Amino acid sequence: MLRKNDTPGKLIIVEGIDGSGKSTQIDLLYKWLQAQGHSVYFSEWNSSALVKSTTKRAKKRKLFTPTTFSLLQCTDFADRWENQILPLLKAGVVVLADRYAFTAFGRDVARGVDRQWVRNLYSFAMQPDIALYFRVPLDIAIQRITSARATLKYYEAGMDLNLSESRIESFKLFQERILNEYDHMVDEFGLTVIDGTLTVQAQQRLVREIAKQELDGWQGLPIPEGSPQILLQTESHL
Amino acid sequence: MTEDRFFGAGFPYRTIEDLPGKLIVLEGSDGVGRSTQTQLLRRWLEDEGFAVSDTGLRRSDMTQKGLEDARKGHTLSRITMSLFYATDFADRLENQIIPALQAGFVVLSDRYFYSIMARDIVRGADPEWARQVYGFALKPDLVLFLKADVSNLVSRLIHGRGLNYWEAGMDLVPSSNLYDSFLDYQSRLISLYDQLSQEYEFVTIDAGRPIMNVFEDLQDHISDLLEDQQPILEEDLM
Repeated sequence: MLRKNDTPGKLIIVEGIDGSGKSTQIDLLYKWLQAQGHSVYFSEWNSSALVKSTTKRAKKRKLFTPTTFSLLQCTDFADRWENQILPLLKAGVVVLADRYAFTAFGRDVARGVDRQWVRNLYSFAMQPDIALYFRVPLDIAIQRITSARATLKYYEAGMDLNLSESRIESFKLFQERILNEYDHMVDEFGLTVIDGTLTVQAQQRLVREIAKQELDGWQGLPIPEGSPQILLQTESHL
Repeated sequence: MTEDRFFGAGFPYRTIEDLPGKLIVLEGSDGVGRSTQTQLLRRWLEDEGFAVSDTGLRRSDMTQKGLEDARKGHTLSRITMSLFYATDFADRLENQIIPALQAGFVVLSDRYFYSIMARDIVRGADPEWARQVYGFALKPDLVLFLKADVSNLVSRLIHGRGLNYWEAGMDLVPSSNLYDSFLDYQSRLISLYDQLSQEYEFVTIDAGRPIMNVFEDLQDHISDLLEDQQPILEEDLM
């Protein structure tokens, strides 16, 4: 179980398999919340500067096992949690995260780590105020990814699991496992399911409606007078 | 099916066959003499015809550089540091220790996860969280806890490699000097080691004595453990 959010801030996260459209949605939400005058911060999965070189090196040299992959990703998350996400929540900021602990619960368990073990790893994190799961059928997600990019990367395709010699086949089988895990998580963690096959605008309308309900009557960290609209930057935006 | 060789779920995604080797852990404070004893033990065991391998904290090829950089920069927050060390530990366990045990080696481990846990708990970690993180850890065959007074440690270190930021726990309580910080921090750690020694069945060795006295004690305990081990004999190699 994740801890209750007892900070003055609001934590909003998006989840979904690659190609689910979640990143598009959270980007639009970020801009809209800013326009509404909120102090907003965006945190991306796997973006800790501290852990970046280690992750890159391990991926390149194929050093990961399911356990070390899980632990290093959690290290990355912990760095962002302790140094960015938590302090900002305490300051009353709206923190948006593209991917959260649920990504680990999906991917790591798909790789074979113990379900309870990985949940315990992330138990220092808080339950989001809004957790959106963008659900798409596998073939649509695959279509989106393969048209957008030339190759699938080794670990991304789950090649370390020896599911198939074909990268695309492996990816399908790997993502299928993850989809199963996500479905179980909907009830377990109270995820709000969004139909990822709707148009971008239709989805965003739903997302904004949900955000409005959560933030109605809530006062977060004020934006100081004379501050530029883009108040807080993540490292990836710099 | 329970996997009794591990503290928890171990590595569910792989089958680990017999481990004919023996895992011997040397635990204890910084400066207590673990490296010295490990070198002596290694030479002795090899003379007796055993294949010996040794390991220690931060020696994982995967995480070494990243962890060193983080330590130098003092940019490690508590949970992040904890998980980075856990990653290092997991990598060595899966890729060095278990293969060596499978090959029948005697593995001398300079510290195990107990030290990592102790450092975490002194910094405020939830002991239950830490305990569960190490559910993947293999149970050692023998844990030798080298125990000495803080005054012994100070005297050895000052005449040896000196006091450093991390061993003095300077990140914990901003103290004006390494000495006071060291005394306080290491005393707290020793209390924790005492607690862990009950739970994890350490064999406590008085390490405040001359090196050879300590060594003889260690030899006694290890000889008992290796009674039924067959060392590699000349004839086997022909």
